[in-house]
Amino acid sequence: MSARKTILSQITASLKENSGTLTSQADRMTAAERRVNSHPRGVIPDLTTKSGSSTLSVFCEKAVAAQATIKKVKSYAKAGSAVQSFLRQHNLPQQIRTGSDPKNSKLVWDKNLAPQILVGPSDGNDLVCLSHALGAVAETGTLYLISGPSNPTTLNFLPENHVVIVAEKDIRKSYEGMWKTLRRKYGKGKLPRTVNMITGPSRSADIEQTLILGAHGPLKLHVIVVEE
Amino acid sequence: MDPTSTQAPPVQVALFVTCLVDIFRPTIGFASIKLLEDAGCEVHVPKVQTCCGQPAWNSGDRENTLEIAKQVIAAFEEYDYIVAPSGSCAGMIKVHYPELFEKIPDWHERALKLSAKTYEITGFLIDILEVSKVNAKHKAKVSYHDSCAGLRELGISKQPRKLLKSVEGLDLVEMKDCEICCGFGGTFAVKYSDISNSIVSEKTANIVATDPDLLLAGDLGCLMNMAGKLKRQGSKIKVRHVVEVLAGLNDDKPIAGRD
Amino acid sequence: MEINSPQFKLNAKTALGDKQLQGALGHVRENFTGKRAKARAQLPQFDDLRQNARAIKDHVLEHLDVYLELYEQKVLESGGMVHWARDAQEARGIVLDICRKTNAKTVTKGKSMISEEIGLNEFLQDNDIEPIETDLGEYIIQLRGENPSHIIAPAVHLNMDQVREEFRKAHTHLPDNRPLNEPQSLLSEARGILREKFLAADIGITGANFLVAETGTSVIVTNEGNGDLTQTLPRVHVVLASIEKIVPTLEDMAQITRVLARSATGQEITVYTTLSTGPRRKLDVDGPEEYHVILLDNGRSKMLGNEFSQMLRCIRCGACLNHCPVYQAIGGHAYGWVYPGPMGAVLTPNLIGIDKAGHLPNASTFCGRCEAVCPMLIPLPKMMRSWREKEFERHLSPYSQRRGIALWAWMAKRPKIYRFVTSIAARCLSVIGGANKQINRLPMAGGWTAHRALPAPHGATFMALYNRQKGRR
Repeated sequence: MSARKTILSQITASLKENSGTLTSQADRMTAAERRVNSHPRGVIPDLTTKSGSSTLSVFCEKAVAAQATIKKVKSYAKAGSAVQSFLRQHNLPQQIRTGSDPKNSKLVWDKNLAPQILVGPSDGNDLVCLSHALGAVAETGTLYLISGPSNPTTLNFLPENHVVIVAEKDIRKSYEGMWKTLRRKYGKGKLPRTVNMITGPSRSADIEQTLILGAHGPLKLHVIVVEE
Repeated sequence: MDPTSTQAPPVQVALFVTCLVDIFRPTIGFASIKLLEDAGCEVHVPKVQTCCGQPAWNSGDRENTLEIAKQVIAAFEEYDYIVAPSGSCAGMIKVHYPELFEKIPDWHERALKLSAKTYEITGFLIDILEVSKVNAKHKAKVSYHDSCAGLRELGISKQPRKLLKSVEGLDLVEMKDCEICCGFGGTFAVKYSDISNSIVSEKTANIVATDPDLLLAGDLGCLMNMAGKLKRQGSKIKVRHVVEVLAGLNDDKPIAGRD
Repeated sequence: MEINSPQFKLNAKTALGDKQLQGALGHVRENFTGKRAKARAQLPQFDDLRQNARAIKDHVLEHLDVYLELYEQKVLESGGMVHWARDAQEARGIVLDICRKTNAKTVTKGKSMISEEIGLNEFLQDNDIEPIETDLGEYIIQLRGENPSHIIAPAVHLNMDQVREEFRKAHTHLPDNRPLNEPQSLLSEARGILREKFLAADIGITGANFLVAETGTSVIVTNEGNGDLTQTLPRVHVVLASIEKIVPTLEDMAQITRVLARSATGQEITVYTTLSTGPRRKLDVDGPEEYHVILLDNGRSKMLGNEFSQMLRCIRCGACLNHCPVYQAIGGHAYGWVYPGPMGAVLTPNLIGIDKAGHLPNASTFCGRCEAVCPMLIPLPKMMRSWREKEFERHLSPYSQRRGIALWAWMAKRPKIYRFVTSIAARCLSVIGGANKQINRLPMAGGWTAHRALPAPHGATFMALYNRQKGRR
């Protein structure tokens, strides 16, 4: 018998042993499919925090609590100079690696000093990468980044500095809002290769439980929220 | 309370003495009786009681546990309430007996009935009899250790503290990690005595750091463990069961030591 | 992995005498427990979430076979491969097979307890494939040739000096006099070294915190980002997961995630929660070209039918370890195999046999703190007791203990004899105790008196005194 068959039939046998009255395979499949299709939400935590209960304010508070930095701008046009001032503030060269996201064309760079833009996946030699998040979740200040040519996954992990632009309209109260967004965009039961939920810069506490930022991923996570 | 002032017949309470109290510290039994009688109960001490069966239960000896538990159920089920000066033994009857008899229907029902009327003494005084204070004086700085079974199986935490605060002259100071195990664990203390020693040493360090005159708890097993360790370390801190102080029965020597 | 569980007592003794280890364990005691308490206090719905998380996992376990089929179907649809492994040996064989087909020389690894369970690193080395642990803690213990001592903080038994020493020994191409006095400099050094390994590896192996049936997705939750580099950069991504990791939907995953990090590190969510579905897509410019999932059973399908089935709800948060007074005293290595602490005391006998792991479920005070903090409400003490019963039935528990219990129980069932014997015992012990009311040496109670005095009885038993008093009344 194949390993697959052995394991599945042992499971069925064990379930029978445990409950005595096991419903038929077909009935149980129906129950499982029903849950998958109806995807009940469960318990959603209350979002009110000390900075109020608006989705944006909670998102900002939670992201900052996770050691991300936040800049709010009024338009995509203004997001460009927000990126550049982040670079200046941290003495970083005006060079950015990014994907082919069409939203990049809406960014307006500082006059006389447009950064050098490199497009494509990172090979680990980039100091700063720029990504656009599909959305975010206020509950924990979490960004959702989606793999693909627009925003390659390597950009999220290889640079020391990761700048992520997210539109205020794409921030949901809780994860459940983002699952809805993902189902609408990719279809039921489908996901892109990688969905990265990112909350703050990388860290480790493996040495004497001392928390240090910048483990294998970015040391800095800068979030630019576009309030368009 | 004056029993003649109440119209209803007094509550019939059976005291589950516990095997440790029976052998090692009778005062706890008498203090329990006094507290219950002061609260208007008529207290009975069924003669056939020995032990709740926990040592067998925790050693994996289900058969002997069943027989002992049946004996306890038969001896105690006629009373209104069963009260023990121990969260551990009360927890055994209240929580574990129903589990033990899960697959023996008639006994399961009897175990459930007994379970429903079994209480740890401070919990019984506060939650059932709604006693709000005791008539006792004790001028001392006191710290209270929460024994695990009472705390986690029965939710005993506020009740003893509430009663202690009504003791005249008593100053209750909380130690660090008062809710963490003292390392007793029944036969564990003997079977894994090195580990038990490490845990109780941590506990006594927290007790000593609080610098009380008197350490209290609601379970004699834990008390013997902590008192024994404190003595071995040469500490002058006295150790008693919480009911001794609540009943004002402090004439007996403290646990493991000269007064 | 070598099984040292039978030597538990000796291991524990050694651990208790290890000053450095005792210092390191202090961090567990203070940090983990404090952070969890704070996280819990900040989420009023924490207990509702626990109840729901438990219900989700119970539902999954009751439908595990059909969910596995649904999950498999979705992985295949997304272009991934699913391999089923009955036991550790089969799982290792599948990994080796993938390595051979890929012609792999080096394999980077994200943190995976299943990899420990099947002893993968040793096996790969024996087959001339270099496994490289990339989680900082795992990397450190790999250098030291050790096993993890904690399921989420593998190097929690070490201090900074030991890490520094190990790095100086291992990273000989770096200048001898480089300063390594801060955790930060140690981390930077590991980052630099592992970065090259990530980029050079042929295969990346990760574990999985969840397998989502709805989408055929494997999920890892991490803080360092090493798991993501492990699975993104090499040409092949292999996921090692045990069969009970299934959750039905993304919503269900989020429910459990909400209690997972809070219970583990006190975070609301880990820095990275990564959902991986199949290999890279047609237009993708990065990500693995192959995606394999190895579903390991290793005794779990049998557990589903016995009294330990609830253990399959475990999400490996480590809260039971962090809050266990025994784990806090001796650390993880003393348990002698992969899974330490209360969860190990229940799981390990299921995986390696109660004859070898007999001490584990016995080395508990039954204080109940593990169950009280378990986000999945697993009745750990109850299941430890079930193991004790099995040991008792199979006569595996020590003879002296069995005799002792039998003798005592025989008396406890005969109140008159019991009264007689206890009154004599109380009197004798009282005499031995003398005026000090304490006994410092007593045959048969050496375990007790070695470390503490035994408070002596005062003479008569309660029952004797009570009957005398009642007679007077």
